[in-house]
Amino acid sequence: MAAVTADQATQAGAGGPEGADGALAAAFDAAVAADERIEPRDWMPDAYRASLVRQMAQHAHSEIIGMQPEANWISRAPSLRRKAILMAKVQDEAGHGLYLYSAAETLGTGREELLDKLHAGRQRYSSIFNYPTLTWADVGAIGWLVDGAAITNQVPLCRCSYGPYARAMVRICKEESFHQRQGYELLLALSRGTPAQHEMAQDAVNRWWWPSLMMFGPPDDASAHSAQSMAWKIKRHSNDELRQRFVDICVPQAETLGLTLPDPDLRWNEERGQHDFGAIDWTEFQEVLKGNGPCNEQRLGQRRRAHEEGAWVRDAAAAYAEKHSTAHTTARTATVRNGEATA
Amino acid sequence: MTAALALGDDALVLSHRLGEWAGHAPVLEEEVALANIALDLLGQARVLLSLVGDEDELAYLREERAFRNVQLVEQPNGDFAHTIARQLYFSTYQRLLYEQLAAGDGPFAGLAAKAVKEVAYHQDHSEHWTLRLGDGTDASHERMQDAADALWRFTGELFQPVEGVEVDWQSLHGGWLESVTAVLERATLTLPTGPQSGAWTAGAGRQGIHTEPFGRMLAEMQHLHRSHPGASW
Repeated sequence: MAAVTADQATQAGAGGPEGADGALAAAFDAAVAADERIEPRDWMPDAYRASLVRQMAQHAHSEIIGMQPEANWISRAPSLRRKAILMAKVQDEAGHGLYLYSAAETLGTGREELLDKLHAGRQRYSSIFNYPTLTWADVGAIGWLVDGAAITNQVPLCRCSYGPYARAMVRICKEESFHQRQGYELLLALSRGTPAQHEMAQDAVNRWWWPSLMMFGPPDDASAHSAQSMAWKIKRHSNDELRQRFVDICVPQAETLGLTLPDPDLRWNEERGQHDFGAIDWTEFQEVLKGNGPCNEQRLGQRRRAHEEGAWVRDAAAAYAEKHSTAHTTARTATVRNGEATA
Repeated sequence: MTAALALGDDALVLSHRLGEWAGHAPVLEEEVALANIALDLLGQARVLLSLVGDEDELAYLREERAFRNVQLVEQPNGDFAHTIARQLYFSTYQRLLYEQLAAGDGPFAGLAAKAVKEVAYHQDHSEHWTLRLGDGTDASHERMQDAADALWRFTGELFQPVEGVEVDWQSLHGGWLESVTAVLERATLTLPTGPQSGAWTAGAGRQGIHTEPFGRMLAEMQHLHRSHPGASW
């Protein structure tokens, strides 16, 4: 269901521009309140548009940067089956990046512009990808915990008020769930393997647990965008609600895996019907966001390098397309002229 | 056995090289395309190696001298033009080879019938990039010509008969040369003039004589598996 388009609202709008704007805003608010989807040609508040561009760009960038920590292990994957799974996953991530850039482009921005902002450090990507993958087990921990956290965050986005974003998330969540199960299964194989493999799995979970909890963003009382995003139904749940949900999901899964979570304060709270857990190191989170995490420079550096070193290839493709589209146009024009001459 | 190993190693090694592009491609669409081709090849390798024995033992526990792939597929990625030239040469060969195998009734007919569809896509992809780079800018033209020239001497080995692969090697070579020549010409490039093989490259990979970068590639590929003998993953 689409909200009122700008044209319809202008026609229906009362008198001057102010009245029309008021009608547009009222129609937008009504559509959001009625859980209708906002579509690209619908009127929307500038701040809603800007907020979506920020969030979707960050989401797209995370898919692209997120290829790196996992791709780090493609050439060393310990079996051909695992290698195939990992390559397919990294390929999916590039595909998710493409969906999300396309979705963001419906808001009037371009992929090139968004990539430029990423490369210039003016748009962010998820803090989690600034941590290094030091062992093969990290690939499993990323699948289980990082993709798990992403899914917890993203499933509600399938009902986000902006149609193109919501639809991209439906497709992405299906694939992410698959990756998450594969990551879990990878860890399970290690946990039940040799003592050295078990230790490798535990060490990976120890290193990825807290950064995964940070993926839900700052606590509710310190989250700059949360209230507005929830009012616009871009977000459906607060950061802390989603984080709690994730912890409650992970605890029994860790037990099945035969691995422990590195939090001495983690325990079931009978009264709340949820787990209590220890305090997150928000200083570390802030440092990583500021660019001072273990791999920030490396990740952005590799992304910039791939882009710069690939410039001649993109230039070649553009020049070729230009030459050959001109040739086609000329050929078509000639045909038409001949046609006219014959007629 | 020798035949399955030769064809399987070709696919395994080229897949590995293409996998090294992940996160480094010039444009996002190529991240998808190169990984896609790598996955197809890995799938082919797994089927072929399983005909010989345990796929992981064969991939991870053989040393360099026991690999039977042609030297072309082990060549480092280089720049994007080198990767495309390698892919053009190999996918054209593989398509014609698999077409012949699919048409026959030998042990590879079934596998080849499935794989030839994938390989046709790989060939299409590499041909289109050869055109774009060759007939793109002056800089890309030069890089594509350099790449086509540099890898040329590894192409002769493709047509050394492999025992157990029942195809007409001469017509394979003829068809390959015709196809590659046509693409290079359309791409405004010159067919390389150097010898198509030298003493070192003629059939050498098939006999386990490889080029230096291959050993390092295997060291990286096999390290983790070898560090945990007998473990399952």
